[in-house]
Amino acid sequence: MAHRSTATHSVATTIALALAVAFGALTGGAGAATETRFAARADDPRTLVIASVTDLDFMRPLIAAFQRQHPDIAVTYVEDTSNNLDAAVTTACNGGRFIADLVISSSIAQQVRLVNNGCASPVQSAIVETLPDWARWRGELFGLTYEPAVMVYNKQAFAGQEPPKSRFDLIDMMRQTGRLDGRIATYDIEQSGVGYLFAFQDAAEASTWGRLMEGFGRNNVRTFCCSGDVIDLVASGEALIGYNVLGSYALARALKDPRIGVVLPSDYTLVLARAGFVPKPARDPLAARAFLELLLSADGRAILNGDTRLLTSLSGPSALAAINEGEDTAFRPIPLSPALLVSLDRAKRSRFLSQWRKSVIPPNP
Amino acid sequence: MKPPLSDPEMAAAATGIVPSIAGRLTLMLTLVLTIAATGTIIAAYAYGRTAATRAFDRLLTGAALQISERISVVEGETVVDIPLSAFGLLSLASEDRIFYRVLDPVGATLTGDEAFPLPDEVRAGDAQMLYDAEFSGEPVRAILMRRFLAERSVRGPVTVIVAQTLRARGELAREIVARAVIGVVIAGFLTLVLAVLALRLALSPLDKIERAILARDPKDLTPLSTDTPREVAALVAAINRFMARLDRRVGAMQNFVADAAHQMRTPITALRAQTELAMEEEDPRRLRVLQRRIRDRAMGVSRLTDQLLSHALITHRADSATLERIDLRRVAMEAEREARRTGGASRIDLDLPSDPVFVTGDAFSLREAARNLINNAVAHGVPPIMLRVSADLEAGTASVTVHDHGPGMDADRIARIGQRFVRTATDPRSAGLGLAIVAEVAQFHQGSITTGSDSGGRFTISILLPLDADQSDGSDADDQPREETVVVFPTQPSQQGTGN
Repeated sequence: MAHRSTATHSVATTIALALAVAFGALTGGAGAATETRFAARADDPRTLVIASVTDLDFMRPLIAAFQRQHPDIAVTYVEDTSNNLDAAVTTACNGGRFIADLVISSSIAQQVRLVNNGCASPVQSAIVETLPDWARWRGELFGLTYEPAVMVYNKQAFAGQEPPKSRFDLIDMMRQTGRLDGRIATYDIEQSGVGYLFAFQDAAEASTWGRLMEGFGRNNVRTFCCSGDVIDLVASGEALIGYNVLGSYALARALKDPRIGVVLPSDYTLVLARAGFVPKPARDPLAARAFLELLLSADGRAILNGDTRLLTSLSGPSALAAINEGEDTAFRPIPLSPALLVSLDRAKRSRFLSQWRKSVIPPNP
Repeated sequence: MKPPLSDPEMAAAATGIVPSIAGRLTLMLTLVLTIAATGTIIAAYAYGRTAATRAFDRLLTGAALQISERISVVEGETVVDIPLSAFGLLSLASEDRIFYRVLDPVGATLTGDEAFPLPDEVRAGDAQMLYDAEFSGEPVRAILMRRFLAERSVRGPVTVIVAQTLRARGELAREIVARAVIGVVIAGFLTLVLAVLALRLALSPLDKIERAILARDPKDLTPLSTDTPREVAALVAAINRFMARLDRRVGAMQNFVADAAHQMRTPITALRAQTELAMEEEDPRRLRVLQRRIRDRAMGVSRLTDQLLSHALITHRADSATLERIDLRRVAMEAEREARRTGGASRIDLDLPSDPVFVTGDAFSLREAARNLINNAVAHGVPPIMLRVSADLEAGTASVTVHDHGPGMDADRIARIGQRFVRTATDPRSAGLGLAIVAEVAQFHQGSITTGSDSGGRFTISILLPLDADQSDGSDADDQPREETVVVFPTQPSQQGTGN
């Protein structure tokens, strides 16, 4: 379902646009891309097409800031699920067809694969040099945010007691009490690219992963496609704990919703940098570069550090340490490197998922 | 308007500008060093590429080994569990793209990029092989590694291919080359600077010689006493020889001037004394005798002056005249004509061959020599006098000979031919220079003087000169018949008589 604003430049269209976006967000189901157009304040404008899995609400302030700088550039924002986006970009790349000027996805393994397959063109800009090494690859793929994998908990349920602070706490809690039975939620790693990535990194990072899967299986873990669903469930009290939720969503939600609390696991906290690249067949790579430069500029960083809590690789560690109330946390950013390709290996993936299924989904009686 | 030239500029203009030895050596050294540096850099480039290729090939091999180790057969199926560490290893080349492909014994792709190319040919025996390929728009380096499975259900080689792009290799190679280039450039520059310093030092003796010559008094013609290195010793020796010759020449000139002054003074004093006597003499008969003496004396002075100048001129020409190909017959004719005009020769016969007689020499000097021989014969010999030119092709000599009917010269005089101011004491008209001039001309033409008597018993005196090897006159045809007769040119009788 596509919503295209044939906008001229007036306040009325802007309002209409907002309505259209709201409608799109409501009705945009799985398998359908949502397209939103932000008109430029100029006749015959250039158009920057951004394809992304990020919720538009997170991107809106950035797009607004971008258009303040570049009023002559219209922005078309295409939102889709990570797998759909990856498939669409792969097809377009193989066929040498245009799909977007900028592709931003939290499914960074897939992003690395696209770049590895030669789908990206390098971005020549001094500002990308400010990124740490782990957050950039080949001068083509850039980690733009700093989003931890967190645990969310229902504050009311843990009133008067400590929520689990680490995976060990969580494992103990799952083993020792029946309290979490059917009341723990996490990603469906078969459906969600980010969920799979976090799980895969967990497995590589520590031996706790096997025990976690065992606990999930014993406690009838509930799995969802998206972070929002997990958070909703925890907020409502139906689930007490959500594991490996994308921190940006959780933190942004916690600001508004007093029912949920956020824990950065103290044994280690995975950090994901949403990655963007400019595809080779981009129509306006200069506009795409300008958008990347805005994201990495002081203005862009300020927006990312704001309400969206997407954070940046520079501000992330200190901002998160503050949230964690002084608890010592080991941040493990997932480097943008071809090592991520291993997680996408067909054989590897099917084995990993079958292991997951065996542990987590109890055989139906 | 041009500014006046400074001394070095004038020197340069006079000699033509030739690059200095130091300049040439510096140029050559720079050239040699540049060639050496270029060679080193090319070698470094080749080495850098090889080193980078080897280093990163090891990574590839390691990764392929790790992957092949994780191939197993589970429930009759070949299973590949790509280890993270293999990719971690490849990620050491952090900016490079990675490709892999695993094929089962049948050739079906188990996992990885199905499109990744296999090498053109794989030798059956090789367990592994490295090759270059191109994939997804970039050149890549790949390894193909085989592991033989020998299970109940699966038997045969499983092929693992791992590849990466060449960015890190290129960077390493460039880094190695860059370091080599920096090293070579610095070393080359230092070498050049040191070499130029060494050059200056080595060439300093030349400066010393130059300063020694410049600092010299213009009149100082003694040899240079500067210590010189072997290489320029020959040059200094040549300069010294030249200065010695100059010294001798200057000395001879000074002697000659002193002699000439002395020789002139005596007859002029005598002439004055005789003139004074004549003024006081009243007896007409004796006056007449005196007048005759005065005339003889005056002729002597005139002749002396003539010969002195002629001698000086010839001495000068011996140093400076350019030698040319001349016909002696022409020289003889001119000498005869001149002798008749200037000195009291009454009749001179010319005996010339019909073919030209070519020698290499200075026409003026030879004519003067011939004239002096004639004058000598007129003065001391008995007419008739004959001037004869002949060529002896076998001996390779040409001769100019004067015959007269006098008694000839005594042995003592013949021995002293060539010395100056050898004159007959009784003859006031003799200057004593004639034969000296002849001897000098003969010497500078590599010739000689001989005396003797001919078949008719006449006294002869000749200048012998080397004959030109080529006697064709180059202009007229040789087949034209020539008269073999001796041509005798009759001359006018002398108006003054023979005097002596």
